[in-house]
Amino acid sequence: MSKTNASGRSKAPGGERIADWADGRLGIYKGAKKNLRKVFPDHWSFLLGEIALYSFIIIILTGVYLTMFFKPSMAEVHYHGSYVPMQGVIMSEAYASTLDISFDVRGGLLMRQIHHWAALIFLVAMFVHMMRVFFTGAFRKPRELNWLFGFLLLVLGMFTGFTGYSLPDDLLSGTGVRFMEGAILAVPLVGTYLAMFLYGGEFPGTDIIPRFFTFHVLLLPGIMLGLVVAHLILVFYHKHTQYPGAGRTNNNVVGFPLMPVYMAKAGGFFFLVFGLIAIISATFTINAVWVLGPYRPDLVSTNAQPDWYMGFSEGLIRVMPGWEWVIPTGHTLNFGVLVPLMIFPLVLASIAVYPFFEAWVTKDKREHHLLDRPRNAPTRTAFGAAWISWYFVMLVGGGNDLWAIHFDLSINAITWFVRIGFFVVPVLVFIVTRRICLGLQRRDREKVLHGRETGIIKRLPHGEFVEVHEPLSREQLHYLTQHDQPKPAELPAAVDENGVERKVGRLEKLRVKISQGYFGPSGQIEKPTAEEYKAIQSGHGHH
Amino acid sequence: MKKLSARRRHPLAAIVVLLFALAATGGLYAAFAPAGQAKAEQSNLSLDIEEGKKLFAVGCSSCHGTGGQGTSDGPSLVGVGAASVDFQVGTGRMPMQAPGAQAPKKPKVYNEEETRQLAAFVASLGAGPEIPKPEQYSIKGLTGEEIAAGGDLFRQNCAQCHNFTGEGGALTKGKYAPNLADVDPKHIYEVMETGSQAMPSFPEGIMPEKEKRQIIAYLDQVNTSKTENPGGYGLGGFGPVSEGLFAWTIVLALLIGITVWVAARNAKARKS
Amino acid sequence: MSSEHGSEKNVSDDDKSLPEKQDTAAGGELEKNPFADPGLPHHEPRIQDIDERAAKRSERVVALFFTISMLATVAFIVSFVVFPIDKIFYLWPLGHISALNFSLGLSLGVALFAIGVGAVHWSRTLMDGTEIVQERHPIDSTPDEKAAALATFSKGAEDSGLGRRKLIRNTMFGALALVPLSGVVLLRDLGPLPEDKLRHTMWRKGLKLINMNTGQPLRPEDISVGSLSFAKPEGLEEGSHDFHREIAKAALMLVRLEPGDIKDKQELDWSHEGIVAYSKICTHVGCPVSLYEQQTHHVLCPCHQSTFDLSDGARVIFGPAGHPLPQLAITVNDEGELVARGDFAEPVGPSFWERG
Repeated sequence: MSKTNASGRSKAPGGERIADWADGRLGIYKGAKKNLRKVFPDHWSFLLGEIALYSFIIIILTGVYLTMFFKPSMAEVHYHGSYVPMQGVIMSEAYASTLDISFDVRGGLLMRQIHHWAALIFLVAMFVHMMRVFFTGAFRKPRELNWLFGFLLLVLGMFTGFTGYSLPDDLLSGTGVRFMEGAILAVPLVGTYLAMFLYGGEFPGTDIIPRFFTFHVLLLPGIMLGLVVAHLILVFYHKHTQYPGAGRTNNNVVGFPLMPVYMAKAGGFFFLVFGLIAIISATFTINAVWVLGPYRPDLVSTNAQPDWYMGFSEGLIRVMPGWEWVIPTGHTLNFGVLVPLMIFPLVLASIAVYPFFEAWVTKDKREHHLLDRPRNAPTRTAFGAAWISWYFVMLVGGGNDLWAIHFDLSINAITWFVRIGFFVVPVLVFIVTRRICLGLQRRDREKVLHGRETGIIKRLPHGEFVEVHEPLSREQLHYLTQHDQPKPAELPAAVDENGVERKVGRLEKLRVKISQGYFGPSGQIEKPTAEEYKAIQSGHGHH
Repeated sequence: MKKLSARRRHPLAAIVVLLFALAATGGLYAAFAPAGQAKAEQSNLSLDIEEGKKLFAVGCSSCHGTGGQGTSDGPSLVGVGAASVDFQVGTGRMPMQAPGAQAPKKPKVYNEEETRQLAAFVASLGAGPEIPKPEQYSIKGLTGEEIAAGGDLFRQNCAQCHNFTGEGGALTKGKYAPNLADVDPKHIYEVMETGSQAMPSFPEGIMPEKEKRQIIAYLDQVNTSKTENPGGYGLGGFGPVSEGLFAWTIVLALLIGITVWVAARNAKARKS
Repeated sequence: MSSEHGSEKNVSDDDKSLPEKQDTAAGGELEKNPFADPGLPHHEPRIQDIDERAAKRSERVVALFFTISMLATVAFIVSFVVFPIDKIFYLWPLGHISALNFSLGLSLGVALFAIGVGAVHWSRTLMDGTEIVQERHPIDSTPDEKAAALATFSKGAEDSGLGRRKLIRNTMFGALALVPLSGVVLLRDLGPLPEDKLRHTMWRKGLKLINMNTGQPLRPEDISVGSLSFAKPEGLEEGSHDFHREIAKAALMLVRLEPGDIKDKQELDWSHEGIVAYSKICTHVGCPVSLYEQQTHHVLCPCHQSTFDLSDGARVIFGPAGHPLPQLAITVNDEGELVARGDFAEPVGPSFWERG
């Protein structure tokens, strides 16, 4: 520093001069001026997405380390490493190098475990973050695109996980790779060709692990990295949503500045997440590949399950009845596999397209930056809860053998429960959740009009006992009444002003019907008006 | 290899050596013992059969028939052999307490002597596998490669029902393959030889004695209370389901706890 | 406060929403509408804001956590050097675990976690705790911007002549549509064509059934009622280059039934003294089914619970499989060893479009 400063012309400190240098080439001061004080609202649920982001970074860091030692090859070798119960066993180089990482590379086991735990947590965090966005209505305009980016990240994360845990070529993950072959074979017309092309010939071949390796370390994470960056840019650009409350409007954002508070908080949170995952990886085994044995197509173990994020598809495939028909052309349609294969994307798509469905129903073109309280959108909340229950019914189905053995149940009974539950549970959950939301709206209304129940019982002069209600603060009154209550759509009058019959499309009729369900008297409890409130308050005064 | 040699310093090593010394002494004694011994054993056996018959009539005949020929409630025991009785009675599976999908392992009803007598009686009904001798199921002296071969055999013959390392798994209609943790090697040997309930048998022609020993040795490495779990607590060894459950419950709860702390406002100063 | 905000362009907006000013601003409306937004609540200071001793205490706590992190990193390096990789120790309740994995993970975890605790505590106790307000601006462009953008675009489009010069347009679209085909064609050599590969296995007439466990030919007397054994075709050795591909189709499961228990006539014909040989590969998606329940003769697939009845032509009695397991016809040769009478009569494993 001091060497270049010899002329003494510049008195600026070193850091500033480096920044000047960068500014001359990148114009960083403009960006910094705009963004350094960018405000982020404070709420724990806004950090769920950060968990996902940070576990993604942890996965990349540990993943790069693992590639230094992992050999994505299906060439057969005799194992002669440190792990005794595999001595001399014939296995692929992929499996042998995974054993070496676990037993002969110092810290290798820790990196493997951090990588795998972080992957599970990445998917959990994305799922929970997505649910937060869903239930608070944060997906509404202008954030529909970012919702889709996030959704794509979830789907890609699932497949990156699948290709990743298949890499060690062990007996558990190999069973999943075999399943994938069976699933591809079930595709009509081209299935056999697709399977031959993907596996480089008949199953298992020697190509699938190297190909999965490329998908897992290059193709999928490359796309994901791009999507993550786009996702974050949009979060910055749109400014974060916030929960309603006093002083928080649709046109402002209240919180703490990026510099310094959020840099410390978000930066610190990265270390907290990483630290927690490291401690878990020090104390809890994940995917003990060394006891699973190398993959062989003629061997299998019970409790063959995928990692949790693939579990719902496992459930689908387990509970589907074995329908298989030979059609008159002499070709086989394997519905037992084909139907789950089609429901799998439908389950995911049904939540992904919801924002567009709701926008179509409401025809709402406004920007929304203030989050909904889930109870104030009962139909949406009920849909989300039903979707989660649907997902979890299938997840339970994916582990039917384990539930059977741990709860002393019959595997056949559980399978039947899931078959029926697939249709019944979401409907029940939808109805119950909607009622709960409406009940909560009613309670809010009571609270606004009559105040908070204090639990204090007072005896009036004429002997009547009443409970003292404490009036709410202005902040609370605002909080409980700030939400929009859209009016349901109405069909236009059957004839227009000229007496000509108006044509209403079938789709529009359907929209009106759904809108009635959303916003009609059965879909929301009317919030109290100022007049109602004033009337009751003055009434209290006379008491 | 390294691990085997490390075993020599195991606290139990001394006991194993002692047992071997005792067995060797016993063997020597047997070799040089008076010839009258064999005759004594003969009469002992017939005595055992007599006693066993009485026990059988009281405890077993209601399901298996007075002659062990079987009824609608229980299978025939003719030809199942002493090994089967030693396994079923020795692990408490028989006598069955209540009808169910499967007779579970439970505390033994008969003591060792009574078990021997019952076994002798059932063996007298028809030839079947005998109770194995300790050297048949002893895992002493197996090399690392032999243990690993046991692992291959376990995955070939056993893992489909008992899981990768013998934690057990579900079968149809409430039946299940039990956990093999810390099961007596003799009982593992016997049940492979004879089968049990839903479990098929793996007789000598299919799986020779040496292979059974290797399987027992493999189980000793991977599923006992002293099994090494280098990575930390094994979450029951059930793989992705327990891992996913752990991530969704404990890890998620911890993470949400942290988010709440990070996002919370700090305590306000008290108004004075 | 104001110096910090000096550079913000929305400083005036901030001022408007400062609590003192807001109250008066909204005061009039609050009279009319009791539910109106009362504005941000007054900022209340933290202990650290008013008590320098408390602030000092917070500073020390933050420094303490950063110091813990440094010590933990030292512990990490020490563990890496000190613990041999195969050192196992017992720790309740975790079990017999690796000393190296545990110490490295714990020290790394503490080193990271402590930095996080320090940073967050710092921001929560010592950095400015006043919430600030920023305006949002509509995302969509103003009509002027839109008009200007559209005008620029149409000028460019017109300049290119894309609308007028149809020949250029059409050939360009054609070229762009065709060029990705090269990429598709290149994918052809990812794998061979299916041909009839899925229809045949290694089994043929006279091939011995080799015991998977012993590597010896199986004999009928080896297989007793209630036993379970697995076989591969003679000549297929583990470790040979085609082992996986062949065993994926040829793996066999053998059980012996009382001939009287066999309900299916063809099954009886293809059996030998009650010994039946079935494909071990599930017809659902190809897991090796082999959870044989010897009392009921049912065999269960551990992957998706398809259940087959081996005493009735391996009929599917539960689960997602669509057709029975294929049976291999067997007999004995002159040496009394079990041999195949031919290949499977139908494709083994999961069904596929051309299966028929």
